[in-house]
Amino acid sequence: MSRPYGTLTRNSTITRLNHWLTAACFILLMLSGLSMFDPLLYWLSNLFGGGQWTRAVHPWIGCVLLVSYTGLIIQFWRDNLWTRDDVAWMKAIDKVLENKEEGVPEVARFNAGQKFVFWSMTLLVPVLFFTGIVIWEYYFGTYTSIPTQRAALLIHSLAAIAAIIIWIVHVYAAIWVRGSMRAMTQGWVTPGWAWRHHRKWFRSLATTGSTGPRPNSNGRLNK
Amino acid sequence: MSDLQSQDYIRRSATTMIPPDARSWEDQVAKLIDVTRCIGCKACQAACMEWNNLRDPVGEFHGTYDNPLDLDPKTWTVMKFTEYENPDGNLEWLIRKDGCMHCEDPGCLKACPAPGAIVQYANGIVDFISENCIGCGYCVKGCPFDIPRISPVDHKSYKCTLCSDRVAVGLEPACVKACPTGAIMFGSKADMTDWAGERIVELKSRGFENAGLYDPPGVQGTHVMYVLHHADKPGLYADLPENPKISSTVEFWKGLIKPVALVGIAAAAVSGFLHWVIAGPNVVQPEDEQEAEEVLEANGFPEARGRSQRTEHPT
Repeated sequence: MSRPYGTLTRNSTITRLNHWLTAACFILLMLSGLSMFDPLLYWLSNLFGGGQWTRAVHPWIGCVLLVSYTGLIIQFWRDNLWTRDDVAWMKAIDKVLENKEEGVPEVARFNAGQKFVFWSMTLLVPVLFFTGIVIWEYYFGTYTSIPTQRAALLIHSLAAIAAIIIWIVHVYAAIWVRGSMRAMTQGWVTPGWAWRHHRKWFRSLATTGSTGPRPNSNGRLNK
Repeated sequence: MSDLQSQDYIRRSATTMIPPDARSWEDQVAKLIDVTRCIGCKACQAACMEWNNLRDPVGEFHGTYDNPLDLDPKTWTVMKFTEYENPDGNLEWLIRKDGCMHCEDPGCLKACPAPGAIVQYANGIVDFISENCIGCGYCVKGCPFDIPRISPVDHKSYKCTLCSDRVAVGLEPACVKACPTGAIMFGSKADMTDWAGERIVELKSRGFENAGLYDPPGVQGTHVMYVLHHADKPGLYADLPENPKISSTVEFWKGLIKPVALVGIAAAAVSGFLHWVIAGPNVVQPEDEQEAEEVLEANGFPEARGRSQRTEHPT
């Protein structure tokens, strides 16, 4: 891949592949799930070859997503740990929304908004998986009582709606903050992008001589 | 069954348009099962299998008269035998023919996500239109009586049709035709209710003071009704629900949250668009690149060298 001189790696190739597998699963799950959630959207089941196919394929895609998202958790959890700076960043969210990031606390690899998306999904994906198992009629329809299945259906729906809304926030943020999309497609950002949006992360790379995505652990300059 | 009777639909699953109900003069029908006259011969079960051409594999003996033990995709009705010792110390053999109750407010239909997979005709019969069924099992969760069963063969849901195909051409359901004691009767709901009333007076005169009609109001009444000797304790009859109604979980899931969810999702998307219009994209400025470069150079970052020759920064 050709990339301009002096760029920083924001996401490794493995991370990007992992992300897009998760994204593909999520979108397919959202479309098939919505078709079974609201009759107004039943037509979406045509994308999957009809209602029977939609019903059959949805849980399998969910299994892939669980595995795929676990991969993202493993790669991202460390950089998503909540810090005191995140509270200050959240308090300055109005400035962030106005694109005036000066005076907002410096951000490490992920800002509080990104951390919110990460931890929300980290909670919701397992909730969706386990409630989904309960209502997977074909294999598990007889293992739980009907009241349990009713509760699972309701929780599954509510968790899915929450996940979809968070997903919309996530997608919009990627459109809004220019350069983010390329960070996940081609994997790189310019030093200016890192300086503007993730200054603490940028400094940690600069002082350790790393080109990203994480600072060199030995802390030595890469001269 | 077939949907030749589509003009009779008064409810249709997963359909927001009100069905036309083009033949609204249809009489409300009901099947009346007089438990007090049932002798447990299972002729109704045999007739059901025969008319609907269902052949469940021969099962196993479990030490009870229930055979098979429960409803399944090929058994749409089953006699449930209960040995009840009454307060006088006498044994009563309570035999209830289990099967779809054809609720006036059907939980299966409310829960169903597939348009037209479950319909209710003007005569009150609740029918599964199998070609539209996707096998999700939502009807199983919606039903307050635990009736629908998903076939592992074709992944579609099955239950008693109240012989909608026979009723449509003026015949009574197969089980009614086969019953040798007149314990199963069929007619208009009004006639069946009247007849049950007479029978209940008779039962009361013979000492069954709690005799009564089971036509539960929680589901706005049913099109299959029971005459029970102990109508105050329906649970005696193989756990017939005391006050069946559509679960509030199902009501909430199929009611309020559907529009709220769609509005919420749309609001999130619209908020994003409005932010784009009002605040616009957050774009890296040349000053950002300049300052970043200074930091890199100060740290002796080799990658930074040569950057100043570049005229344009990718953003």
